[in-house]
Amino acid sequence: MSEAMAVENVLFVVAKILFATIGVGLSIAGFLGWVERKQSAVMQDRIGANRAAILGINVLGLFHPIADAIKMLTKEDFVPAGAHPFLHALAPMISLGSAMFCLAAMPYGGVIQYAGRAWDLQPIALSEGLPLVLAALALGVHGIFMAGYATGSNYGLLGAMRGAAQMIAYEVCLVSTLAGILFIYGTLDLQAAVSWQARHGVWGVFLQPLAFVLFLTAGAAVTKRAPFDLPEGESEIVGYHVEYSGMKFGMFLMTDLFESIVICALITTLFLGGWTIPFMDLPAKGLLGGVLMVSSFIGKLMLLLFFLMQVRWTLPRFRFDQLLDLGWKNILPLSLINFVATIWAAYL
Amino acid sequence: MTVTIRPVSRPARTFVTQVYVFEVWRGLAITFRHLFVNLFRHTMSLLGIKGFAPGAVTIQYPEDPAVLGKRARTRHRLLKRPDGAVRCTACLLCETVCPAKCIRITAEDAPDPGIEKRAKTFDIDLGLCVFCGYCVEACPVDAIHMDANQVEISSFHRKNMIWSMPELLGDAPKRYDPPESIR
Repeated sequence: MSEAMAVENVLFVVAKILFATIGVGLSIAGFLGWVERKQSAVMQDRIGANRAAILGINVLGLFHPIADAIKMLTKEDFVPAGAHPFLHALAPMISLGSAMFCLAAMPYGGVIQYAGRAWDLQPIALSEGLPLVLAALALGVHGIFMAGYATGSNYGLLGAMRGAAQMIAYEVCLVSTLAGILFIYGTLDLQAAVSWQARHGVWGVFLQPLAFVLFLTAGAAVTKRAPFDLPEGESEIVGYHVEYSGMKFGMFLMTDLFESIVICALITTLFLGGWTIPFMDLPAKGLLGGVLMVSSFIGKLMLLLFFLMQVRWTLPRFRFDQLLDLGWKNILPLSLINFVATIWAAYL
Repeated sequence: MTVTIRPVSRPARTFVTQVYVFEVWRGLAITFRHLFVNLFRHTMSLLGIKGFAPGAVTIQYPEDPAVLGKRARTRHRLLKRPDGAVRCTACLLCETVCPAKCIRITAEDAPDPGIEKRAKTFDIDLGLCVFCGYCVEACPVDAIHMDANQVEISSFHRKNMIWSMPELLGDAPKRYDPPESIR
């Protein structure tokens, strides 16, 4: 039996993946449901959800995600007569599953030395992590299109078409904004990108500030939340999940939050130094270093999520031509200029 | 009522607003300011430190009383003369003007020789009432007002939505017959 297949290694990988998808993904997504309601309420001079209580205790409404989950799980799972039952059930799984894979490929920490051996804190360590994550993010759109098509509703199909067209608007920009920073790092491995920043003691955001802003904008479009919630468009068409109910609808809701987490994790990894803390040599600190790595990563993630949430509750939705203009006429040229300038500066 | 004019200047479409990036940051600055100011105020009230404005304008309605406007039209109220007699002269103007046809009046001779007749019964079906206030405007003797400041008038039975004259005058408490299921 090779060393990679040893029992403790397999167990460790499973534990890491469970931590990434359940520990980070589900708990932060549930927490985000509360953050969304409270943050929007406080910035609009309201109080927000505060009625769900256990034994008369409501910790600022923190029990609302639990109440929401119970509501979602106990609702009737309705499949309309015109729907394709198999695709109808498969679509939310594809969307959520691809977002979950992205979370499992993020470098939550580096390699630490503990109990006489090295532990890699990245759940799925891949030398081509970034393209795979971007591919999985693009796969999420297939779930949306499948959902809109399988519901057999015109409004669902309209939402699906919008979702596909939105992907055309942001997908090219999403990758092209990263060209400059990948040129600097010289790697597609997310872990190697973080260790490059740790080795050089500088975060990507200081090397590529324009790319940071552009990627944040394109990334906000990936999450399908306002101001880029065209596929949902709850005020005119209810969108691709118009015929969904119960936990299948809940999975689509969670996909949006998961994709927000993935985008923020990508930005943290590529632009905000990943698990690094300035002026601290974390890999040399053993177990404490590992804890600090994961905390640092999740702390940066939460700050970005807070910012994206604020944007979501501040800006109105883009019109469709505005979205395409933003993608193809603004972000794409700027990212190409950024790339050319990076190469020019590197060979100067 | 005097008409006042307040000129509102239309925001100019300058280059800065057209670029949109700066406007995004301006909008974010406004919402972030609200967020942090309100968070600070909430924290101060949680810590029990007085002297700051409340962090929210929310009224926690079922616990705290509803705040009604000065001119809010609420449940009807019938008024009495100084001698205690009902003001209503059963002229049926309110019944005629009512667009929802929710008022039913029967008349009888008034004992006072100066008044021709008075209301014998005066029923308002609040289940039909649209709270338009026409009855108050139509009344020539100022007998009906909509200022009882009561908005919680729902009931389990349609017939319990009908308020009779003693109840509207405040002489008798409103009778509620709860349904069999919760009796």
